[in-house]
Amino acid sequence: MKKNWPLWEVFVRSKNGLEHRHFGSLHASDEKMALENARDVYTRRNEGVSIWVVKSIHITATNPKNNGELFEPAKDKIYRHPTFYKLPDELKHM
Amino acid sequence: MNEKDIKNLEEIFEQRIARDEKIEPKDWMPEKYRQTHIRQISQHAHSEIVGMLPEGNWITRAPTLRRKVALLAKVQDEAGHGLYLYSATETLGITREELYEQLHSGKAKYSSIFNYPAITWADMGAIGWLVDGAAIINQVALCTTSFGPYARAMVRICKEESFHQRQGFEILLTLCNGTEVQKAMAQDSLNRWWWPSLMMFGPPDAESTHTEQSMKWKLKRKSNDDLRQQFIDQTIPQAEILGIKVPDPDLKWNEKRKSYDFGEIDWEEFWQVVKGHGPCNKERINARIDAWEKGVWVRDAALAYAEKQSDKKLNKAV
Ligand SMILES: [Fe+2]
Ligand SMILES: [Fe+2]
Repeated sequence: MKKNWPLWEVFVRSKNGLEHRHFGSLHASDEKMALENARDVYTRRNEGVSIWVVKSIHITATNPKNNGELFEPAKDKIYRHPTFYKLPDELKHM
Repeated sequence: MNEKDIKNLEEIFEQRIARDEKIEPKDWMPEKYRQTHIRQISQHAHSEIVGMLPEGNWITRAPTLRRKVALLAKVQDEAGHGLYLYSATETLGITREELYEQLHSGKAKYSSIFNYPAITWADMGAIGWLVDGAAIINQVALCTTSFGPYARAMVRICKEESFHQRQGFEILLTLCNGTEVQKAMAQDSLNRWWWPSLMMFGPPDAESTHTEQSMKWKLKRKSNDDLRQQFIDQTIPQAEILGIKVPDPDLKWNEKRKSYDFGEIDWEEFWQVVKGHGPCNKERINARIDAWEKGVWVRDAALAYAEKQSDKKLNKAV
């Protein structure tokens, strides 16, 4: 089969102090080209100060089919939130 | 999965969309949703890419350096839009190569407006003002569509579009404030681009197929005719500022509707262009095929280089 340029995921830090965020994806033959293409495709208007690229095949993801067992148990653990604890109104700074 | 299970999943799916939840690529979705989205998003991507051709044609002939850098930046943006949208389509499980193949074979469509020629510099103005203007109206409506990757691409694209329209309008404004010949050139380009721009919103509601399904999936937020009317109502006052007239003798303000009434659109022409018989259909597709085929050696060489480099790294590690 004919080989094609692999797919890369692009993450951009919009400014220092903020995390890298997923911006989209693109095709490139290697990591250097992936960075250069990411700069042209995703940061034409000063959208970033730092770019990460990673081959899409290296990303492992949860399957939405399992969302119930994975994420739902957190829903009823309301004691993990501060509002669960009943304290007197006079109590300050807590 | 049996039929009843699928029916059940479909119901849950439709409810999620009704609740304004976004659908993400790995979520279960009806096959029809997937196929419809592949078709619509890729058609949109192809339009961005083919849309570069009429304008790219004028980059080297822009009258000033200021116009040249602006047009170059605009065309580069359209390439970006095409790339955002191709990536969004690929999340639905189709490859970039298959998408190109559909464009090149004529299986996939793109906006028929790009099958008209850009024959004067004023056309760069008319395209930015009218074609990007119409595209913006369509795209703003899609920023809240149900498929996450498409909606996100639309938000980015909409942010970038407004400069496109303004640079086009400025070109026409300059021509309209120029000599008689320049003003006539602006009028001529409006004459040629007006009706095709109105056709960009698609066939009239009465003849539009699968509108109801698209509304439900939020692939369409307003009907073709409503969007077209919105475009006309916002564009006529802009034409007045330029001091040129749209080529429609039936156009007049309707005080009762608070909208403009307008003349009959030549849908026969629209369908002819859609079917491949517009003035530039062949030229546009051939340009794309040419670019793809003549780029083979570059793509292969880049890949061969990448493989060689990673082999080197591997050997060092051993
Ligand atoms: Fe665009
Ligand atoms: Fe544009």
